[in-house]
Amino acid sequence: MAFGAFATATSAAEPAARRKSPVALLLLLPGLLYLALFFLVPLLSLVITSLQQPDPLVFGRFENAFRIENYATVLAQYWPQAVRSFGFAALATLFALLIGFPLAYFIGITLRRWPLLQALALVLVIAPFFISFLLRTIAWKQLFSDEGPVVGFLQALAILPGDAAITGSAFAVVFGLTYNFIPFMTLPIYTSLERLDLRYVEAGGDLYASPASTFLRVTLPLAAPGIMSGTLLTFIPAAGDYVNASREFLGSTETAMIGNVIEANFLVLQNFPAAAALSLVLMAAILVLVSVYVKRSGTEDLL
Amino acid sequence: MHRPLPDDPMIRSLIAQAKRARLSRRTMLAGTGAGATALALAACSAGPEELRPAEDQSDTDKTLNWANWPFYIDEDDEGNYPTLERFQEETGIEVNYLIDVDDNNSYFAKVRDQLALGQDIGADTVCLTDWMVGRFINLGYTQELDKANIPNAENLVEGLRNPSFDPGRARSLPWQSGFAGIAYNTEKTGEVRSVSDLWRPDLAGRVGVLSEMRDTIGVIMIENGVDISSDFSAEDFTAALDIFREKVESGQIRNVRGNAYTEDLVNEDTLAAICWSGDITLLNYEAGYEKWKFVIPEAGGTLWSDNFLIPIGSPRKKNAETLINFYYQPDVAAEVAAWVNYITPVEGAYEAAIEIDPELAENQLIFPNAETLSKVKIFRGLSAQEENEFQSAFQSVLLGS
Repeated sequence: MAFGAFATATSAAEPAARRKSPVALLLLLPGLLYLALFFLVPLLSLVITSLQQPDPLVFGRFENAFRIENYATVLAQYWPQAVRSFGFAALATLFALLIGFPLAYFIGITLRRWPLLQALALVLVIAPFFISFLLRTIAWKQLFSDEGPVVGFLQALAILPGDAAITGSAFAVVFGLTYNFIPFMTLPIYTSLERLDLRYVEAGGDLYASPASTFLRVTLPLAAPGIMSGTLLTFIPAAGDYVNASREFLGSTETAMIGNVIEANFLVLQNFPAAAALSLVLMAAILVLVSVYVKRSGTEDLL
Repeated sequence: MHRPLPDDPMIRSLIAQAKRARLSRRTMLAGTGAGATALALAACSAGPEELRPAEDQSDTDKTLNWANWPFYIDEDDEGNYPTLERFQEETGIEVNYLIDVDDNNSYFAKVRDQLALGQDIGADTVCLTDWMVGRFINLGYTQELDKANIPNAENLVEGLRNPSFDPGRARSLPWQSGFAGIAYNTEKTGEVRSVSDLWRPDLAGRVGVLSEMRDTIGVIMIENGVDISSDFSAEDFTAALDIFREKVESGQIRNVRGNAYTEDLVNEDTLAAICWSGDITLLNYEAGYEKWKFVIPEAGGTLWSDNFLIPIGSPRKKNAETLINFYYQPDVAAEVAAWVNYITPVEGAYEAAIEIDPELAENQLIFPNAETLSKVKIFRGLSAQEENEFQSAFQSVLLGS
């Protein structure tokens, strides 16, 4: 939608009188004010903070400046964590898609004949939200502990060596991210599959397409809007997530993501410019990645 | 969608007029943008003015807001605080007890903007750890205590009277203290008596340490023979940090955590840890027997305190002082200590505790004797520059960078 707005802004260089009555502007005003107050002001404040320089006398106090090198410093120092964030988020998105799509297909299409079961299955997808996700993440930490059931079972099968551990590993963090975002992937895909007209699929079969090519040429394109919003809803928050990778939850000193770096800089190191610069870098990187993704998959109209 | 204007000149001029009056989208956006910049700049510019304490209204306003950590005051089965109720009956001051602090850093982040402006932060007294109290005092965010209102401050134990961050205790008084030392799982591993024992091969990957720099690095520095309460050098710190970094990178140290380290001990991800004394007492109480043993390392451990302070913007300073005075009575202090399992800083509380529960009074983690106290040291106050350098180095290990 944001991309659509840019397109009309450039083509309508001459004001279109009919569309812009004072009433429309008046109706827009609350929304614009809201955006200005709760998005633009904080964003600008973030930009200003990211360029500040430390007060030489008082630790933790900063004065306004134009230190663009703040960005270079944080990127040089924290690029591994930034790369790791996007890597983890991409993996989690992929796994969530691999798990979420069949689930959505099952609920949206297979269960169509039994509305009660369908409703029940949907409730099961949403049910985890009834418990705080912090608690659920801590629960996984207990399940994955060295003396816990998962490690014990895998060691009994000799899949894991005797001294192996899961908590604190990259696997645990990606697992946590995937687990926490599966509903965000499943629900949008479900809504697009739920509306899928099965006669298209039948037509594919009638025209001698194999089930696989019917799926690839009919079902998948029709589910594209759902996949699109599902991947965005998963990838964007996962890239900035700082709970799963936190040392207090599933992570360790080896799994810090960009969110953890921002947290440490903001809360512990009192290095507000660094934290602000990193936040802006994260925001910009996500914006670029997402717009490339949207352009490449040619689904601008579907957003 | 551009429509040509009608031919009628009168209508044309009318339309042109209407157009001029209208705000274009661009001016509208520019206007909001400029307004937003002004607001953002205003939000950022907190001038370094001299802060003045708020005027005390305690004589007319008999209320008090006290911010503290979780599980840090005596509590009965109904969730009431017996000692606090007694205080309210005795003094008529109504106390609003807020469990607002669960981390020094995040609490500071929450209130620092109001403090910088000298405003009321919604707490008239708050209990924070030594180094954070030091930061408050350096920044001028505290009010000076009027000892005439706190005669019981005389009961403060000798060892805590002159900390480097607040000589003579002009602006802070300890609430509770505790040790950082070592605990180990008595069922799964052999005796651990020193920091070097934590680096034993059989504990590889099963050691936890605290994300509180002063405790973890402090204990390692003591093992290296450094007196952390004296004027140690940056090299002394770096030497200990290098050991820490090496043990994290080699995987000997499993994880570095805050309060959640107790979970690791319980689920046995870690079998030994650098940890806080009161937690281990609590864990053993929950287990029903002494499953974990807390020891002060042979070379020594650290002693930290959480201290009352009165924020600069509090208009109820005298009420806060009355509260502090109340908790500096030995029998009240003993009652609190018996519940929270930390060390009380009040002289005479030990004698009072013998009457409540003689066994408890012998617990060295709650009522340490002179011999125990001789084994622990208080981490000295750091200059702003040291704080910055040491924390950056420590955090870089925690973030793996």
